[in-house]
Amino acid sequence: MKLQRMNRRALALGALAVSGALALTACGSDDTGGNSNGGDSSNAAAPSNVKCDDAKGQLLADGSSAQKNAIDAWVKQFTSACQGVQINYKGGGSGAGVTAFTQGQVAFAGSDSALKPDEVTASKKVCTGGQGIDLPMVGGPIAVGYNVSGVDNLVLDAPTLAKIFNNKITNWNDPAIKKLNPDAKLPDLKIQAFHRSDDSGTTDNFTKYLIATSKSDWPYDGGKTWQAKGGQSASGSSGVAQQVKQTNGAIGYFELSYAKDGLKTVDLDTGAAQPVKATVENATKAISEAKVVGTGKDLSLELNYGTKAEGAYPMVLVTYEIVCDKGNKSDTLPGTKAFLRYIASEDGQKILSENDYAPIPADIISQVRTTIEGLS
Amino acid sequence: MGTPTQITDAPPPAPQPAVDKRAVRGATRPGDRIFLGLSRGSGILLLVIMAAIAVFLTYRASLAISKDQGNFLTTFQWDTNLVPPNFGIAVLAFGTVVSSIVAMVIAVPVAVAIALFLTHYAPRRLRGPIAYVIDLLAAVPSIVYGLWGALVLVPHMNGLFGWLNDYLGWTGIFSWEGGAPRSMLTVGILLAIMILPIITNVSREVFRQVPQMHEEAALALGATRWEVIRMAVIPFGRSGVISASMLGLGRALGETMAVATVLSPTFDIQASLLDPGGGTFAQNIASKFGEATEFGRDALIASGLVLFVITLLVNGAARAIIARRKEYSGANA
Repeated sequence: MKLQRMNRRALALGALAVSGALALTACGSDDTGGNSNGGDSSNAAAPSNVKCDDAKGQLLADGSSAQKNAIDAWVKQFTSACQGVQINYKGGGSGAGVTAFTQGQVAFAGSDSALKPDEVTASKKVCTGGQGIDLPMVGGPIAVGYNVSGVDNLVLDAPTLAKIFNNKITNWNDPAIKKLNPDAKLPDLKIQAFHRSDDSGTTDNFTKYLIATSKSDWPYDGGKTWQAKGGQSASGSSGVAQQVKQTNGAIGYFELSYAKDGLKTVDLDTGAAQPVKATVENATKAISEAKVVGTGKDLSLELNYGTKAEGAYPMVLVTYEIVCDKGNKSDTLPGTKAFLRYIASEDGQKILSENDYAPIPADIISQVRTTIEGLS
Repeated sequence: MGTPTQITDAPPPAPQPAVDKRAVRGATRPGDRIFLGLSRGSGILLLVIMAAIAVFLTYRASLAISKDQGNFLTTFQWDTNLVPPNFGIAVLAFGTVVSSIVAMVIAVPVAVAIALFLTHYAPRRLRGPIAYVIDLLAAVPSIVYGLWGALVLVPHMNGLFGWLNDYLGWTGIFSWEGGAPRSMLTVGILLAIMILPIITNVSREVFRQVPQMHEEAALALGATRWEVIRMAVIPFGRSGVISASMLGLGRALGETMAVATVLSPTFDIQASLLDPGGGTFAQNIASKFGEATEFGRDALIASGLVLFVITLLVNGAARAIIARRKEYSGANA
C-alpha cells in the first residue's frame, strides 16, 4: 500500500514536471502555426513570402536564450516553406554563441550584446577576408513584475527602481513610492527584490538602463553579473517570474513574454506626460530612438535610455544575429542568407510582436536588409 | 539475524579456486597474463585519469587566477565580465560547507536510526518494503528533488522558519527577516533527504555484520535491546557509519541542480541559516556556465578545483578516522 502511494506520488510529480516544462516551452512557438506560407511560395514577387533560393542542408546556430522563442517561431515558418533546410538553434547563452561563432562551429550566433573589439579580432580568423558583424533583429521589452496584494496599478521611475533593487527602499509604503502612486493603497510590507542568479543579457540591459538614468542611485559598473549586494535571486527569467508570482511583496525583472498568468507589470514614469506601459509597441518606439553606432557593415545600436518621448518604453534589450560580412562558409551561406532575409522581412518581424517581442523599427531594419543582401 | 549474514558470506567461495589454481600451478598461462594486464591496466588508467583531471583543472585555473583582480580566496564577488575581473570563492566555500554540515546533522542520526530499526526492531515482513522505499529515494534524479524543493518544500517552510525565528531567533543563526525561505537551511534539509538512502543502506549492511556472538553475549549478561545496540552494535559499526556518512557528504558537497533550483544565491556570507543568500561551488558553476566567456569558464574551473581539493581532504580525513578505528573494531570482530 505504502509503496503504491509512493509510486503514485512520484508519478504525479513527474507529470507536474513534464507539464511545467511544456508550459514553459509552449510560450513562444505554438501560436504562430496558423499563417504558414508554405502554400504560395511560388509567388516570388510578393515581399511577404519566404524565398528559399538554393538554401539546403543543415544550419547550426547558437546563442542568446532571450531570442530563442523568436528563432523557434521563425524556424518553424521558414522550414515549412523551405523543406531542404534544417536549422538548429541552441539557446546556450550569448557567451556560448559568440565563442562557437569565433571558433567557426556555427553559421551564425545570437547575442544580447554587440561583439567586443577582441571578439571582432577573433572573428577575422573564421571570416576569410572579413569580420563578424552585428545585425539587430529582435527587440524585447524588459518588464518589471510585482506582486503586492491590493495594488493593481503601480508607477515607478528610474531612481525609485534603482533604490528598490539596491535595498535603499525596503518597504512598499515608502514615501517615494507613495508620491508616484497617490491613489494606490500601498501596504506596510517588506519589499522582496528578485534578480537573476545566472549571468544574463537581461540583467545587463536592465542595469544599463539604471546606470543611464540614475547613476547616483545605482553606483555599479553594470554587466551581465548582478552587482548590487543583498536582495534575492532566481535562475532564469522563468525562475524570477515564478518567485514574483508566489511571493507577496515581491518585485523582479524579466522579459515581457514571462509576464503572464496575472503577473502585473510596473508602468514607467520616464518624464513623459503619461506613465508608459511595458508593451511591444512602446518598446519599438523606444528602439527607434536608438543610434546605429556600428562602423562599416556592423549595425550595433546605442539605445537612448533617457528618452522622454511619449509612449516610448526605454527599458528594452536588442538582440543581434552575428554573421561574417565576408567569408561565410560556402555551404552555409545560401541558407544563412535566406533565413536572415526572411526574419528581417515584414512577415518575419510581424511574428515577433505575436510572441511578445518588439519588432525592429522600419529605418533600422531596412539597413539590416541591405546588409544581408551584401553578405558573401 | 543469522540468515542475512550467511547470504552475504555465500558468494566468496567462487573466487577461491582461482586463487588456489594460481598458487598450485605457478605457471603463467595466456589467460593469466591477459587478466593481469587488464587489471593492471585498469589500475593505471584510473591514476592517469585522476592525474589528467588534476592537471587540466590546475592549468585552466591558473590562467584565470593570474588575472584575478581580487583575492581568489577572500573576495565576496564573482564577476568575470568586469574589465579587471574580480572573483573569489569565499562565499562559495562557506556555503558549500555550511549546507553540507546542515545536511549531515539532519541525515546521519535519522539514517542510523532507520538502519537500526530495520536490522533490530522492524518486524521481518516490513524490512523488505521499507528498504525498497529507501532505495527509491536514491533513484530520484536530483533535478526532480530540485523541482519538488522549489515548488513544494519552499512554500511549506514558512511555518517552521517563523517558529525558529520566534524561539531561537536570538542566536542569530535562526533569525529570519521574512524573505522567501530559499535559504541554506532549506537546501540543507533537501540535501539531507537526498543523502539519506546512501547512509542508511551502508549503515544497514554494517549493522547486519555485527557478530551474533556479541549480541548474544550482551543478552546473556541481561542487557536490554537498547543496551545490546549501545554495547555491541554501535561500537562495531562505528567506522562503517563514518564511511557511510562520508559517502553522503561527498554527494552533498557536489550536489548541483537541486541546490541551484532551490537556493536564492547572493554573494554575501551571513550568520543566519534562514535568510536567503549564499551559494555553493556546484550551484555557482551551473548558474554561470551558460553565459560565461572563455575566461569566465576558466574562473569557474578554478572554483571546481577548490571543490576537488575540499572533497579530497574530506575523503582523506574519513580514511584517517576509519584507519584509526580499525584496530578497535577489528579486535571486536
